[in-house]
Amino acid sequence: MDLKDLYRDVILDHNKRPRNFGTLDPADSRADGHNPLCGDRLTVTVRMDGDRIDDIRFEGKGCAISTASASLMTEAVKGKDVASIARLRDMVQHALTEHDYEVPGELGKLAALAGVREFPARVKCATLCWHTLDAALGAGAATVSTE
Amino acid sequence: MNAEPARLAAGMPYDVARVRADFPVLATRVRGKRLAFLDTAASAQRPLQVIEAVAAYERTSHANVHRGVYQLSQRATDAFEGARERVRRFLNAASEREVIFTRGTTEAINLVAQSWARSTLGPGDEILITWMEHHANIVPWQMVCQQTGATLKVAPIDRRGELRLDAFRALLSPRTRLVAFTAVSNSLGTVLPAAEIVAAARAVGALVLVDAAQAVPHERVDLRALDCDFLAFSGHKLYGPTGIGVLWGREAVLREMPPWQGGGDMILTVSFERTTYNALPYKFEAGTPNISGAIGLAAAIDYLEGLGIERVHAHEQALLQRATAALGRIPGLTIVGQAARKAGVISFTLEGVHPHDLGTILDAEGVAVRAGHHCAMPVMDFFEVAATARASFGCYSDEADLEQLVAALGHAREVFG
Repeated sequence: MDLKDLYRDVILDHNKRPRNFGTLDPADSRADGHNPLCGDRLTVTVRMDGDRIDDIRFEGKGCAISTASASLMTEAVKGKDVASIARLRDMVQHALTEHDYEVPGELGKLAALAGVREFPARVKCATLCWHTLDAALGAGAATVSTE
Repeated sequence: MNAEPARLAAGMPYDVARVRADFPVLATRVRGKRLAFLDTAASAQRPLQVIEAVAAYERTSHANVHRGVYQLSQRATDAFEGARERVRRFLNAASEREVIFTRGTTEAINLVAQSWARSTLGPGDEILITWMEHHANIVPWQMVCQQTGATLKVAPIDRRGELRLDAFRALLSPRTRLVAFTAVSNSLGTVLPAAEIVAAARAVGALVLVDAAQAVPHERVDLRALDCDFLAFSGHKLYGPTGIGVLWGREAVLREMPPWQGGGDMILTVSFERTTYNALPYKFEAGTPNISGAIGLAAAIDYLEGLGIERVHAHEQALLQRATAALGRIPGLTIVGQAARKAGVISFTLEGVHPHDLGTILDAEGVAVRAGHHCAMPVMDFFEVAATARASFGCYSDEADLEQLVAALGHAREVFG
């Protein structure tokens, strides 16, 4: 187990310079996510074009893993339709939690998060943004919690 | 089996290496590194003397207490009641009738809230706490305020993390029925001015509850000097087992309080028409208690007093001073909570590194610290941080732990450069 597997350059970069940071106004929907264990909070706003995400922003305070994960997510889902996003989300979930899961090339930069699987205490940091996006896309409550 | 406690002759220097030898877990390696356990404020490690006392009871003396006429049950009862007497002596309480075993500090405070406060308070009555309380000394009062219509008041703190005594006094009035405060803040390390708080509360006729969970491991707590009405602490922060704690209550107050949980052991007679309750302290101990936990707690008290609480305190204070200086030299590091009087607790943030990331990086270096809100979210809000990292010391903490922490913090700064 190596810290470099967790804090890869891509993650440190997205933590330092998060992409798509801020809020969309107006937005078609928004959702808040909260991890009560560590106090991480983030808000996701999306603008839709049919069932496709036209634009997305996130804002919040969190650890490097949660910030980088949210930043990478916004890059990955922009322009994609809801069905492809759900597929992506499931692949990320597998990559974060399953030791023998072979990370598909399709995940692109999101694959950098796979190191989290060696640090079970940190999985929720990485999944918070995806749960929040789910909520924003109408799959759940407007406020989600990891607990 | 009969591990010799690390009794240190008076006048001899505090031999932390000998103390460490009593704690088997300190020899384990984590991630291939020496373990620097700096999370004693969350839960202290246990010495062999406690482990062996619990094991010996389980091997030779277990049966249910206060029930059997057979010898084994009598032996268990004697050991359990012996533990109660040990706690009484530890606190300098007047009577073992005042010593109630609970699951821990949290349950002890809930007992007072649901028995005393719920049966006594009503609209117009006030409970006064401080901004520094652990959630366990906030939420039970919020719950009972909802049930009774009483009001919860909170005395503010200042930027150093000290109670603002003037503001505290200004919040006291004849409506104040209870003042509940922590003797030592778990998140900041602040030692509160207990004598002043108790005197001010007494002056308006309020009862006083002291959350002593973080105090008893570090300093002598003498109930006759403290003059409070309730005091709560946990075994596991005192080098004893989890799942055991104590509520001490003034006998005159406890006698007037209704039971809070019903069941076996807390009754004298039961019929479907009428049940009569047992005497103190059993009235508040429904069900089979944590017998081995109480025995482990007594062993932990023996252990700590064997070391000498005053000497442990001096050792921790020396370490706290060195740690404060060493951490203060790290660029970007801010110590949260800089009270004049502190226990061995340092909460801090490191610029550019979230406490949660810090926790993971320190862990990779074998350093165990707490990262989070420390069950004191209002304190985090006050200092406008989501979380802090917290290093806390115990009787076994040493210079090497501190060096390892400082080196690991340097590593964290490299990773996040």
